[in-house]
Amino acid sequence: GSTLAFIEASNGQISSASLSALTAAKQLGNPIIALTFNEGVADSLNKIEGLSKIVTFSSPEFEKNAPEVISPILSSLIGDSKLDISHFIIGSNATGKNILPRVGALLDVQPISDVVAIESDKVFKKPIYAGNVIQTVETTDPKTLLSVRPSSFAPIDTTATANYEIEQQATPELNKLNIKFVSENLTSSKTPDLATSKIIVSGGRALKSKENFDNLIYPLAAKINAAVGATRAAVDAGFVENSLQIGQTGKIVSPELYFSLGISGAIQHLAGMKDSKVIVAINKDEESPIFNVADVGLVGDLFEIIPELTEKL
Amino acid sequence: MSTKLNILVPVKRVIDFAIKPRINKTGTGIDKTGVKFSINPFCDIAVEEAVRIKEAHKALVNKIHAVSIGPAKAQDILRSSLAKGVDSATLIDAKELDIEPLSVAKILKKVVEDKQSNLVILGKQAIDDDSNHTGQMLAGLLNWPQVTNAAKVTVNTSGDAVDSITVVREVDGGEETLEAKLPLIITTDLRLNEPRFASLPNIMKAKKKPLEKLALEKDFKDIDVSPRLNVLKVEEPTQRQAGVRVNSVDELIAKLKELKAL
Repeated sequence: GSTLAFIEASNGQISSASLSALTAAKQLGNPIIALTFNEGVADSLNKIEGLSKIVTFSSPEFEKNAPEVISPILSSLIGDSKLDISHFIIGSNATGKNILPRVGALLDVQPISDVVAIESDKVFKKPIYAGNVIQTVETTDPKTLLSVRPSSFAPIDTTATANYEIEQQATPELNKLNIKFVSENLTSSKTPDLATSKIIVSGGRALKSKENFDNLIYPLAAKINAAVGATRAAVDAGFVENSLQIGQTGKIVSPELYFSLGISGAIQHLAGMKDSKVIVAINKDEESPIFNVADVGLVGDLFEIIPELTEKL
Repeated sequence: MSTKLNILVPVKRVIDFAIKPRINKTGTGIDKTGVKFSINPFCDIAVEEAVRIKEAHKALVNKIHAVSIGPAKAQDILRSSLAKGVDSATLIDAKELDIEPLSVAKILKKVVEDKQSNLVILGKQAIDDDSNHTGQMLAGLLNWPQVTNAAKVTVNTSGDAVDSITVVREVDGGEETLEAKLPLIITTDLRLNEPRFASLPNIMKAKKKPLEKLALEKDFKDIDVSPRLNVLKVEEPTQRQAGVRVNSVDELIAKLKELKAL
């Protein structure tokens, strides 16, 4: 069988989640068919080694990856005996989470989400209970549908020069339901992207106010070219917008270096960052659970330490 | 014909969010004896949103019905949902079976048809298996539109009928807004609302509200709920070792250089 890999892209740029999904697809060992609904991405796919071909669909309807429209197309592709698809793989980001279960329902397959390790073509590891438990599951379904956690699979190398066959599929009759896209409000990228940044500076409730967050966290992040993250408590308190939340139900990150500033370390937050390579914790309360996972801990007053750190780095 | 809302809110009983789960001795599952269970927090948000819609548009809501698939004890979370303003409820007794999202979605599809629901509001994920599947699967089985990760829900009216529903949803880089006609599936995210606590008089009153009890193996026997995934093992993740404590910013920077993190 082959692996069908879902490639999400905007402005010709493949998303980092899709680059991670391709790394996972390689581990499965099957021929990889890259599928995209976003036009103009062929050049980027030609920089990736080891694909067997590219399948594209084109229609303005696909721009927002609407699950109602895309899922039936995916399920008929995966079910198409000519293509002989044994595995479907997608990155576990907002798009993947929206689409994969719907495809599973249409194919009568129970997907496996948030895979963090591939043991064999049927056996996978996934976190449950906010990452407090790792479950190993074996699928018995005839097709295997997976989403993979981007922080667990490095993005695939994009320095190759390939020239893949592009199979432009005719747009099928679309499953149009009574829903329409109205608008989007995306966070202006003041700082590097959380998903790909090598350093993250993250703040918690102990910063006490939005002003403090802005005046302490952002300058430190700017100094070391880091992305800014936050706990749910900091988001709920209105210090930052919700797209910066790290944790069980927010972003899952694994940078080289993670600064945890004024964060106590609730399990829901740890679930989002404990795979970071080096964790630094600065907190006033020396009993905080964050110190149990930190490589380097400093107990003290954030309002003195952060400016000093910003100056000396 | 005017369109009124028949809201269905599926809810799940899970190990309380504040409790760290313990793995059983055989390493095959989670030890559930003597552990505190609660309504899944996202389900609680779904209940709250349904009740707020009814409070804001009393004439437009026929009924809010809650349903839970689980052990007999799941009726506790149904009773508390009734106390918060849900009108009626169904417990589908599944004993101690762990039912995968695909099967849950099939059961819910039947409930939607029985109750003639036209709006299903449910949590985006349960905090035990963290799957984040059921809402999207139900939408797929019903071929209804879906809006996941809702941060704001607005019911748009036209005269005495529901015209459409506008939902702001959370996506990776921020938010997007969608507008749908009924029927619709909405899954709730954390910031949608803050669930209320039930007052004592409402808890007393809720005891009189209808709570229907069905049995999975009898009343849903045409639905195959056998698992598709075999759980081979559960284990603790590799624990991080606590590292060193430093006493100053200078020591901190020196340590990070030593770790080649800077």
